[in-house]
Amino acid sequence: MSLEVLGIIVLWIFLFGYVIVASIDFGAGFFNAYSLLTGRSHILSNIIQRYLSPVWEVTNVFLVFFFVGIVGFFPKTAFYYGTVLLVPVSIAIILLAIRGSYYAFESYGSRGHKGYAFAYGVSGLLIPSSLSVVLTISEGGFVEIVDGSPVLDYWALFTSPLTWSIVLLSIASVLYISAVFLTWYAWKAQDLNASELMRKYALTWSGPLMLMAAAIIIQMQEHNPDRFRNMISIWPMFGVSAILFLLTVWLLWKKRGLGLSVGLLILQFLFAFFAYGISHYPYLLYPYLTIYEGFTNQEMAIALVIAFIAGLCLLIPSLYLIFRLFVFNKEYVTGNQKDFHA
Amino acid sequence: MNESAVFWSRLLTELTLTFHIIYATIGVGVPLMIMIAQWVGLKKNDEHYILLARRITRGFVITVAVGVVTGTAIGLQLSLLWPNFMQLAGQVIALPLFMETFAFFFEAIFLGIYLYTWDRFDNQKKHMLLLVPVAIGASISAVFITIVNSFMNTPQGFEVVSGQLVNIQPLVAMFNPSMPTKVAHVLASAYMTSAFLLASIAAYRLLRGSNHPYYKKSLFLMMKMGLIFSIATAVIGDFSGKFLAEYQPEKLAAAEWHFETEEAAPLILMGFMDEEQNIKFAIEIPYLLSILAYGNPMAEVTGLNDFPEDEIPPLYIHYLFNLMVLIGTAMILVSVLYVAGVWRGWGFIHRPWFRWVTVLGGPLTIIAIEAGWWLAEVGRQPWILRGYMRTAEGATTSDQVDLMFILFCILYLVLGIGSVVVLRRMYRLNPIEREIEDRMAEMKGVGR
Repeated sequence: MSLEVLGIIVLWIFLFGYVIVASIDFGAGFFNAYSLLTGRSHILSNIIQRYLSPVWEVTNVFLVFFFVGIVGFFPKTAFYYGTVLLVPVSIAIILLAIRGSYYAFESYGSRGHKGYAFAYGVSGLLIPSSLSVVLTISEGGFVEIVDGSPVLDYWALFTSPLTWSIVLLSIASVLYISAVFLTWYAWKAQDLNASELMRKYALTWSGPLMLMAAAIIIQMQEHNPDRFRNMISIWPMFGVSAILFLLTVWLLWKKRGLGLSVGLLILQFLFAFFAYGISHYPYLLYPYLTIYEGFTNQEMAIALVIAFIAGLCLLIPSLYLIFRLFVFNKEYVTGNQKDFHA
Repeated sequence: MNESAVFWSRLLTELTLTFHIIYATIGVGVPLMIMIAQWVGLKKNDEHYILLARRITRGFVITVAVGVVTGTAIGLQLSLLWPNFMQLAGQVIALPLFMETFAFFFEAIFLGIYLYTWDRFDNQKKHMLLLVPVAIGASISAVFITIVNSFMNTPQGFEVVSGQLVNIQPLVAMFNPSMPTKVAHVLASAYMTSAFLLASIAAYRLLRGSNHPYYKKSLFLMMKMGLIFSIATAVIGDFSGKFLAEYQPEKLAAAEWHFETEEAAPLILMGFMDEEQNIKFAIEIPYLLSILAYGNPMAEVTGLNDFPEDEIPPLYIHYLFNLMVLIGTAMILVSVLYVAGVWRGWGFIHRPWFRWVTVLGGPLTIIAIEAGWWLAEVGRQPWILRGYMRTAEGATTSDQVDLMFILFCILYLVLGIGSVVVLRRMYRLNPIEREIEDRMAEMKGVGR
């Protein structure tokens, strides 16, 4: 395997990690706000608080890791994406900043402001929307090179149905992933009311999810035939993803194997995410930048890979520890334990 | 090149860094202070110190949150505002940036665990051990990021052959000449600032009528730490001067308003400069600049007139330099007086006026940190990568930077006010007197 491919796989894995953990977080915020609106807050807020509190900061690091890594392995992305993404990414940063810090303010400082809960819920949908625009731009057709600098055509971007399909897909994914995870998490916490409610949300969002995914593939045919052909050529991976999706929904429907359904869900997204990534190969930004043109030098690449492996040796045990203590710890999850917060 | 984009990019970067550095400094220094407090508490078996550690931790989480999100902002802004610079520098200096995310990741995980496991272990020492990776992670993050900044000042580890970077050596780039002094100065000053900030809070509570031994212990401990690290900062600062004389003479000369190359150069302290570059009201100390630069009163120090005019940084950095040194020196004095006063039983250190000086010390050290960073950054101008790329060449060509500047102003206003309000409320609702009572009741309950 070439270093270019190795680099992009590493980054893609981390982006996938971010998509999963951030979706759970974003969706949880939305469901919390929604249940406040419909007067069912007592069912959900406890369980959501319990899950989010110790891990929120970790979520953020996945994203930081991805963008630092991509500039490290592919410095030219800083030039292309850095120039065109000023506005959408700045908006995402501002939303992330407000959301993240006010989460800390609320949960460690003072509790219980309703307006805050709504802002938190809405930002959870706006952030994935603004970040998903990056993927849309990468498909080509929205960036022109003027005087040697890339320029984003905002009008074309915001009038393209593809943009909005991808935004809707990102929202549907966030809500679906989060609902499936929380169904299981609440069930584990023996909070059957919350679990049942989340199960309903999960089933509700499964339809729109598949609808949007199909819509995007169809739109790609018109938007970028070249990329469309690539996507079709790896249809078996999308197929596996679809089967995993059906199995998850079936398990949820039958209320069986909720833990397994979370596993299948992650696999479903893993397949779809990598199928999409592979179909994108070799372009980082269609048609201007490929992973080969954008790649850093050999020495830096090797140094980064070594740092990455050393870093993983440090991180994996630590991640295992935090998940064992909080996410998979029965005593903690069910709230039977004393509160050990500082 | 887009002149207005360059201007706004500089302004936005300055804004973000100015805001972020407050929280970043606290983020680097405070974990060490928590660890020391908890360690002293365990060693002396004194519940007050353990409570001190616990209470600082609660507030620390709030500042960390703001530090994390503003750190994310500057991390992305490097690429958004300086795409040309990142494209070039990323090829040589991406390694420490990349490693910083790991250090930070490590820190974030253990902070989460530490925070949620108070009293979970029967042996308190085990709990304290969880703080070690937090403190190390925080300091190492600062080391890696400062390395990137030092590379911008003294780039090395590559060669330029017909416009292409070749023969790249990532480790050589990391261990560049300005790295040792810069890293040491950043770390020591972060510990110093955190200690004086915490001392300032304790002094404030004592002034506001609390006479609790908790605050007296806190004040004394933090003043001791402040003393140690302010002296360390000053000593390292002296090394920084010697480094500058060797590798970035134009920065030193501009900071000291040293125009003519000469032997036995005097140091110009304070003073003002008018538009014709006449210096007024300055104190001139003979030989001191030569000593500062080379440790030899007769040494020759290069003056500004020996540099091309378009490679000289703005001369106002002299004021920043003086501000930083003045505050640093004053804080050494304040902490020496306090620590010596406690040992020798001097009464005046407990007088309100001295308490107020201590209270002032907190914000002042923050100002010194800001002045130091402005000095470091403005003093590197006109370069973004000294000798290779000018700041204007590194900037984005995008037209919307001014609008983003306004948005980020609002963001930092919201975060700044929010964090202060939350911190104040947090401690007001749970004063130390009440917490100690609760704690005693709880422990009795356990004993029964």
